[in-house]
Amino acid sequence: MTDNKRAPLNFKSPGRGGKGPYAGKGRQAEPKAAIEVATLIAKTPRTRDMLIEALHLLQDAYGCITAQNLVALAEEYQLPLSEVYETATFYHHFDVLKDDEAPPAEITVRVCNSITCDMMGSKELTQSLRSSQKKNVRVLSAPCMGGCDRAPAAMLGQNQIFHASFDGVNKAILEGSIRPIIPNYIDYGGYISQGGYNTLKDCLNGVTTREHAISSLEASELRGLGGAGFPTGRKWRIVSDFPGPRLMAVNADEGEPGTFKDRYFIETDPHRFLEGTLIGMWAVDAEKCYVYLRDEYPIAREILLRAIAEIETFKLIKPGQLQLRRGAGAYICGEESAMLESIEGKRGLPRHKPPFPAEVGLFGKPTLINNVETLFWVRDILEKGPQWFSEHGRNGRTGIRTFSVSGRVRSPGVKIAEAGITVRELIEEYCGGMLEGHRLKGYLPGGASGGILPASKDDIPLDFGTLEEHGCLIGSAAVVVLSDKDSMADVALNLMQFFSYESCGQCTPCRVGCEKAVKLMAAENWNQPLLEELSKTMTDSSICGLGQAAPNGLLSVFRYFPDDIDKAL
Amino acid sequence: MPLDTNTTETITFSLDGKQVTAVAGETIWQIAKRLNTDIPHLCYTPEPGYRADGNCRACMVEIDGERVLAASCIRQPAEDMVVHTSSPRAVSSRKMVFELLAADQPPRETAHDGDSKFWQWSDILSLKANRFPAKEKPLADMTHPAMAVNLDACINCTLCVRACREVQVNDVIGMAHRGDQAKIVFDFDDPMGDSTCVGCGECVQACPTGALLPASVVSENGRIKPDRQIESVCPYCGVGCQLTYNIKDDKLLFVEGRDGPANQKRLCVKGRFGFDYVHHPDRLTVPLIRKDGIPKNADVDFDPSQPLKYFRQASWDEALNFATSGLKRVIDDTDGSGLAGFGSAKGSNEEAYLFQKLVRTGFRTNNVDHCTRLCHASSVAALMETVNSGAVSAPFYDCAHSDVILVIGANPTVNHPVAATFFKNAVQKGATLIVMDPRGQALTRYATHMVQFKGGTDVALLNAIMHTIIEERLFDPEYIALFTEGFDELQEHIKGFSPESMAKICGIDPQTIRQVARVYANAKHGIIFWGMGISQHVHGTDNARCLISLALMTGHVGKPGTGLHPLRGQNNVQGASDVGLIPMFYPDYLSVEEVTTQRWFEKFWATPLKAERGLTVVEIMEAIHSNEVKAMYIMGENPAMSDPDAQHAREALTRLDHLIVQDLFLTETAFHADVILPASSFPEKDGTFTNTNRQVQIGRKALPLPGQARQDLWIIQQIANRLGLDWNYSGPKEVFTEMAQCMPSLHGITWERLENESSVTYPVGENGVSQEVIFQQGFPTKNGRGKFVPANVVPPDEVPDDDFPYILTTGRVLEHWHTGAMTRRSKTLDRIEPEATANLSPRALMGMGIDAGDLIKVETRRGTIELRARSDGNVPEGVIFIPFCYVEAAANLLTNPALDPHGKIPEFKFCAARVMPASTSKADRNH
Repeated sequence: MTDNKRAPLNFKSPGRGGKGPYAGKGRQAEPKAAIEVATLIAKTPRTRDMLIEALHLLQDAYGCITAQNLVALAEEYQLPLSEVYETATFYHHFDVLKDDEAPPAEITVRVCNSITCDMMGSKELTQSLRSSQKKNVRVLSAPCMGGCDRAPAAMLGQNQIFHASFDGVNKAILEGSIRPIIPNYIDYGGYISQGGYNTLKDCLNGVTTREHAISSLEASELRGLGGAGFPTGRKWRIVSDFPGPRLMAVNADEGEPGTFKDRYFIETDPHRFLEGTLIGMWAVDAEKCYVYLRDEYPIAREILLRAIAEIETFKLIKPGQLQLRRGAGAYICGEESAMLESIEGKRGLPRHKPPFPAEVGLFGKPTLINNVETLFWVRDILEKGPQWFSEHGRNGRTGIRTFSVSGRVRSPGVKIAEAGITVRELIEEYCGGMLEGHRLKGYLPGGASGGILPASKDDIPLDFGTLEEHGCLIGSAAVVVLSDKDSMADVALNLMQFFSYESCGQCTPCRVGCEKAVKLMAAENWNQPLLEELSKTMTDSSICGLGQAAPNGLLSVFRYFPDDIDKAL
Repeated sequence: MPLDTNTTETITFSLDGKQVTAVAGETIWQIAKRLNTDIPHLCYTPEPGYRADGNCRACMVEIDGERVLAASCIRQPAEDMVVHTSSPRAVSSRKMVFELLAADQPPRETAHDGDSKFWQWSDILSLKANRFPAKEKPLADMTHPAMAVNLDACINCTLCVRACREVQVNDVIGMAHRGDQAKIVFDFDDPMGDSTCVGCGECVQACPTGALLPASVVSENGRIKPDRQIESVCPYCGVGCQLTYNIKDDKLLFVEGRDGPANQKRLCVKGRFGFDYVHHPDRLTVPLIRKDGIPKNADVDFDPSQPLKYFRQASWDEALNFATSGLKRVIDDTDGSGLAGFGSAKGSNEEAYLFQKLVRTGFRTNNVDHCTRLCHASSVAALMETVNSGAVSAPFYDCAHSDVILVIGANPTVNHPVAATFFKNAVQKGATLIVMDPRGQALTRYATHMVQFKGGTDVALLNAIMHTIIEERLFDPEYIALFTEGFDELQEHIKGFSPESMAKICGIDPQTIRQVARVYANAKHGIIFWGMGISQHVHGTDNARCLISLALMTGHVGKPGTGLHPLRGQNNVQGASDVGLIPMFYPDYLSVEEVTTQRWFEKFWATPLKAERGLTVVEIMEAIHSNEVKAMYIMGENPAMSDPDAQHAREALTRLDHLIVQDLFLTETAFHADVILPASSFPEKDGTFTNTNRQVQIGRKALPLPGQARQDLWIIQQIANRLGLDWNYSGPKEVFTEMAQCMPSLHGITWERLENESSVTYPVGENGVSQEVIFQQGFPTKNGRGKFVPANVVPPDEVPDDDFPYILTTGRVLEHWHTGAMTRRSKTLDRIEPEATANLSPRALMGMGIDAGDLIKVETRRGTIELRARSDGNVPEGVIFIPFCYVEAAANLLTNPALDPHGKIPEFKFCAARVMPASTSKADRNH
């Protein structure tokens, strides 16, 4: 037997002798960042749907989102870092920094590059501002800010600057005016003095029944004015027929270039819109309502926050029952199902339909989704009767339509007119005619998505269903008037660039299609057969309306302005 | 196995001009496939667990009356719908989608994988030259040891995201940014190798383009192709994942998951990438006999890659004769009692069966055991005592039917990674997860309740939970009356364990205890999973008794989604125990001390057998020290690393007169051998293996044996023959057939059936159908009832004091298996976890002025090791966690060999220790 002195200890490792790791896999939260982030978001609930709100708090506080803060935020929310990162980087208003990336300049100027502002010189403005700025200012080119009637539009921090000029923007920078300037509007007191919220009270007190309210909307022929035109009364009925609990969501993510009507309604008469919203909640018995407002509208946000506080104070609604959610720079979130995703705190990817949100909506519950303007009319329809709304209309069409008119007209702006009005009538009766020296060449009847109609079609009634045969859509009724000074090829390229920038990237035809289309359209000679083939696939096979409608402008150029193709650039 | 199979609603619609019938829930793609129309698809995969996402638009079909085309992978037909799968419009749209995607791909000639699904479909669609300008190409990411990332081939289909987030739920991959800037990212767009990636490789398996590939197939000339494939099982943990070996030139090239019941094509980093140990240059390929004059207690550096420094080569004949003669001497001297054998839970059922038969009939002793003693012996003791069955009551994937899942004393994302994916899947579908463990873990994120109690206070916590259930009358009186005994006594006993009184002991406030008790008791289908955090204590049997009582009083047994599931460690620990590789039982848990059984086996094996139970693992080591055991045969076990107080165990090994070790490598145990027999690795043999779910699965030979290495079965038989046993088994099939004759549990399972089906769960009913959930009508006890056995609070054997103020607990890391003999010789696994570290909480490190990465000294009453500190927020302050796989800092030199009195399992999970910076620490800090 072996004498037992000491067993061997010096065993060599069978491994190859690498080092570490000395912490868990991947990034670990730094204690300092963890404390800072926890403090900053102390009042924000740790539910997934509040993630974007929490990201806003970080962005607002630091002007950017650092890796360390994002890791700490993920930890706070017990979410995978990848999910937080993909959400943060989806939205253009979050500046997520790489480890070695310098923080952005202290002051951000965004200059609108969408169609009307582009026509009104925003490109030149952007360039001149960029070339003259100090280090503490960065100048970004950004999509439509809803200031098309006062183009070009710009944002300095949260201060919206209209008719922006080089001098005007620089002056604002010098003055440090980065907060929204709140205009006069009808506040709670003013609204009450006009009989406001009596209609709601009638509903709540049983004077008006749900059936009566819904039938009135049906009879009024009010349709969804966000762009889809679905009959509002019917939608309310469908949603209320699904078993509860139900929710409501308001689409205030008005991002369609050329559109600014919802902003107008919120910034002038917010309570009329809110009363419609509360009636909607009551009608479908929604437990909660989420108003999803685009981040480009800080004035509207401030006004809505005040207005919601007012109705909470006056107990028209329980605290938290109506929540304002802030978008973060993503046009796609105006697509209703993408909006639902965003309200849930995720990337704004449109959902596949069916199922429709009326059945499976927010958090999987039946959800009533309405646009701001749609709800704006509800009080008047219930108060004055459905025929008050339905007796409007021209050229055989029914109802009131709010047009956002911009471009080459003398007097652009929000025009509350009759459905079915023609563009010629709209320009003449509401806009003071064409701008001096401009001759009508064509027009966008429905923003960037609605295609382009030629001047020869200035007598078509503008309404849902009337433009499809001409390859166009009324959508949100954003009419951009184009003249002989405008190249339609340039217009189409601007629109395609917009869609490429705003595509969510989920499906191939839209993600790759927009990118390739922009490249093909930026080329000296357009490959028309290929572009047409591509457009067909985008229209046929994209998941949502963005990709399906993205080629509309391009196709209109082929159809109505073939001579302009060579005149691009 | 969906419960609601009564949704057989059907609809009829037109598909390509034919009226077809579809079951509710079927998509157009699935129906078309069923009818032999294969619609192109990229982002969709029919593999289990993958949700259709409908994003690539490669599978568009035309539906009459619809404005746009529809993605067939996600669209379900409606009654009377008219669908065209190959209308010109649909076909041209699909082709355009492929052309768009191909525009940004590397050309096929230089593609990372020219045979990927993407290129195969391109062929079928006869895609022509691309007309689109290409985008800028992203750079390759080669930072991960096992996976190559080439996003220039990525088509944003998100299959890898779903693989990572929804299938395996490891949550590393995301789709960041948007539009044409959208890209696959790991965490914060970090290099894969620096991310939280756990290397499961599910993404690689899912990727349809070659953007993600196993690094082992990447070459300058494109993807290396295997020349053959063999279907087998994973050699690592008790989950028992089925896999396919892809082989080129008799070398394993890469491994893929197969659709086995336990894994549904999933694998973990070990199973998928940890296969190359079999080709490691350290493999023993020649029999070795210890050189004269090489002492076993050498004070020299021991290098496992240099066997010829300590051993000389021998012929098989010489080695076997030498091995057997040493055994014979002791048999003659001691009538067998001086011999002992350690078999292995890594070997097959056939090997384990034959090994125990050799020890019992050839060595004439019951001194045969294996590492089950170190893992679930206490769980089995409690289960045998209360329900007379040592196996799980339901497969782990039955948690899909549970509304409450309780995981206690287990860290499944590390130790049973694929099982953990099923737990996470259940949580994603709405189940409530309760995790109870002194350490935090990856499952915490998914848990509704993370109950981080003080180590070693399981009984206090569990009794307090039962106290609440009884106090609030949340138990199931009907079940208790029908199927249990001893509830009154338990009820009486539990009175002394109110949450208030136990809170101080276990560190969990009474409200939480009550809340958790209510959640579990009120569940419709509650299931309990446990691991070695329960079993490896001196009160391990008591811990398990409490869990069993908990399930019995709530009636959470014998129904779908309920039950008791000790997650078994080794790939065949269930099987090795079943076939009798334990000192107290013959095959099928028949007591060696029962006379009738003994007689039966004496007749069956035609040999007289010993009537007394044998010694267990740790007892055998003690018996060597007391000169009772003098010679051993160790097959595939590594007690020099795995036993508690390993120095004591190694001293025992040095004391043996004769030690035979049969293994793949010169392990720390093999160093002590007198003769070493080079054996077969997992992929080199046929055999059956029983996983944690009671699934008997077949492993198939994929590779030739290297050098003179031999099949383990052959070696066992050679020794048997030389001991005078007339054995002549032609192979594992014949052994299996004999085994089945003495094991009623294998009723209905034949070698042929296993060859055909790859996996059969026991018990198999008379109708040939396996019973996955057992105990549906009571228990296999004499009176059919399960017994409540009350447990008292017993403190750990060695509690912290002023001298040794820390609690040392041991376990595993994801990448390394057991004592590391295999995994540390896998390039990938070694690259991810190359170095021994001790995990301490960041606060504890800060308090001691130690930086992560510093060399520290950890000391207990049994030994001292030096290793580097790892900062780990999951470790509570006052606790040190050390994985036991690292020989250069072997955790088991420190552990306490105190045993649970019933299961004889050592207390690996708790002893007192102290920590300090190692003397060289400062100078070494930047190492």
